[in-house]
Amino acid sequence: MAQIFHRSTNVLSRLSIFGFVFILAGIVWIAYIVNRSPYITEVGMAQVQPVPFSHKHHVSGLGLDCRFCHTSVETSAFAGMPPTETCMTCHSQIWSDSPMLEPVRESYRSNQSIEWNRVYQLPGYVYFDHSIHINKGIGCSTCHGRVDQMPLMWRASPMQMEWCLNCHRNVEQYVRPRAAVYQMDYQPPKDQVALGEKLVKEYKVQKLTDCYTCHR
Amino acid sequence: MALPLLIGVGCRTDMHVQPRYRPMQPSHVFDDGRSARPLIEGTVARGHLRVDELLYTGKVNGKDSEVFPFPITQEILERGQQRFNIYCVPCHDRTGSGNGIIPQRGFRHPPSYHIDRLRQAPVGHFFDVMTNGFGAMYSFASRVSPRDRWAIAAYIRALQLSQQAGLNDVPPAEQHKLLSEGK
Ligand code: HEC
Ligand code: HEC
Ligand code: HEC
Ligand code: HEC
Ligand code: HEC
Ligand code: HEC
Repeated sequence: MAQIFHRSTNVLSRLSIFGFVFILAGIVWIAYIVNRSPYITEVGMAQVQPVPFSHKHHVSGLGLDCRFCHTSVETSAFAGMPPTETCMTCHSQIWSDSPMLEPVRESYRSNQSIEWNRVYQLPGYVYFDHSIHINKGIGCSTCHGRVDQMPLMWRASPMQMEWCLNCHRNVEQYVRPRAAVYQMDYQPPKDQVALGEKLVKEYKVQKLTDCYTCHR
Repeated sequence: MALPLLIGVGCRTDMHVQPRYRPMQPSHVFDDGRSARPLIEGTVARGHLRVDELLYTGKVNGKDSEVFPFPITQEILERGQQRFNIYCVPCHDRTGSGNGIIPQRGFRHPPSYHIDRLRQAPVGHFFDVMTNGFGAMYSFASRVSPRDRWAIAAYIRALQLSQQAGLNDVPPAEQHKLLSEGK
């Protein structure tokens, strides 16, 4: 019986077996890159909101403290979202006829909540608590970035498990004095590790890496 | 062929989106769309009965109190300073002059804390202003806890004293420093 394939096709078949490994590796690599890309993690993408609220204006422009609006960040898991009354504390008189702020006034009149679009949202199976991070000296800007420079809020960090664990394993590289937690332009000193180790002792910071810390 | 299919089937999001409410998540059950329900009037949570008239209203027998409901220590003053700087400074300014950044942008100017009427006002008045609001100023009761409101009131008293202080109130060791700086 005559051969169907010419001898030279052997090379091709060997090549394709060999190449398959690379193709597999390539697919895994692309998946890895995509998973860390802003497309999945939404890092750096500004969120559209019903009112174009600007942290840049209110925080660095007017010098408001985060806690003026996010009142429960020190004491509970949830940072707290400002009720319409908080906006009206000032906007009852400031820009009180600007069309941009009409949804705020409408919400105040009708007692319907403004529906902000979430920027950060962990999956339902992850437990997170703000108060412990604040009280152990982790600054807002470590996780949320330079909020005071954001005209609209965007994600500054991926909020993936790897990212949380990186800090939980190496807390001494991230802790800062409690007094600087709300300071947006905080720069870690050159001897961060020395300072970190001192603060870790002082605040009794533990390295929590057990799965049940976050999955409970 | 089977592999991608299996992977596809594996990507379910049941655990991502669990049938429970996170804080302030919208709800379809209630007309106003809020999952956080307002308390029915008259509800008292266990341990939250507000029987202490002085602590929660700043009044004694219906009149603004002259005294604090608990002793004021250095710690409480520092707490008061911190809270004052967060919630009041945007309008009242760090010194209490009423010249904060928000009035500069067009909000009604609050009075200075250092006018005679407010220097003579009982501490309960400050507590009452924070609790119920005053004129153009909104209430801060939902943002600042009662104990913190008293701490702020104590700090305002300290601010008022500081603006009236003379050279003799400065510890002797510091006096010559001030004098030489003044030259
Ligand atoms: C004047 C009130 C106000 C102040 C002050 C303020 N915020 Fe906000 N913040 C808001 C409002 C309103 C939103 C919702 C709209 C948005 O996402 O931009 C928000 C949203 C956020 C979010 C995104 C939440 C999410 O998941 O959607 C973060 C993070 C945040 N703020 C951090 C901060 C930090 C850090 C500070 C202090 C530097 C601060 N905020 C000060 C009002 C305020
Ligand atoms: C402490 C006072 C204060 C509070 C509280 C406050 N604002 Fe403002 N806001 C201002 C001032 C003052 C301006 C004008 C900015 C300027 O003149 O630089 C402003 C401007 C704005 C603008 C105009 C757009 C811009 O950035 O120029 C929007 C929109 C706005 N605020 C939304 C909000 C919302 C929504 C809230 C509630 C979460 C809020 N503000 C709470 C003081 C406040
Ligand atoms: C360790 C990292 C970390 C630090 C530090 C941190 N946050 Fe967050 N923040 C998060 C995560 C994660 C979420 C999303 C929580 C969720 O989805 O349940 C979040 C959500 C928020 C929200 C939305 C409301 C909520 O609680 O879900 C606000 C507002 C906010 N943060 C403000 C702040 C402020 C203000 C500070 C500083 C005082 C701060 N955060 C410090 C990680 C952090
Ligand atoms: C920049 C550092 C840092 C990052 C990022 C960080 N954490 Fe933490 N976390 C800490 C520190 C510090 C503690 C306090 C440890 C202790 O108890 O001493 C802590 C404690 C916790 C606790 C324990 C709370 C309790 O009540 O037991 C949980 C849960 C937690 N973190 C979840 C998370 C999650 C989820 C993420 C990612 C979204 C995250 N953390 C990101 C530093 C960090
Ligand atoms: C510091 C907090 C933290 C700890 C500790 C932690 N995780 Fe996670 N884990 C997370 C977060 C946050 C996510 C969500 C990641 C995302 O949204 O991409 C997650 C997601 C997961 C997922 C789902 C992954 C996916 O893509 O659907 C699994 C499985 C998981 N974790 C297992 C574990 C195991 C096993 C341990 C113990 C070795 C552990 N985790 C410890 C924070 C933590
Ligand atoms: C948005 C700006 C604003 C903020 C923030 C604010 N106030 Fe006021 N406050 C005012 C204005 C305006 C008045 C004058 C009200 C009037 O006469 O209509 C006032 C008046 C007062 C008075 C004088 C009442 C009287 O008898 O004349 C006191 C006391 C006071 N505020 C205390 C506080 C304290 C304490 C805080 C912080 C918890 C605070 N305020 C935060 C704007 C503000």
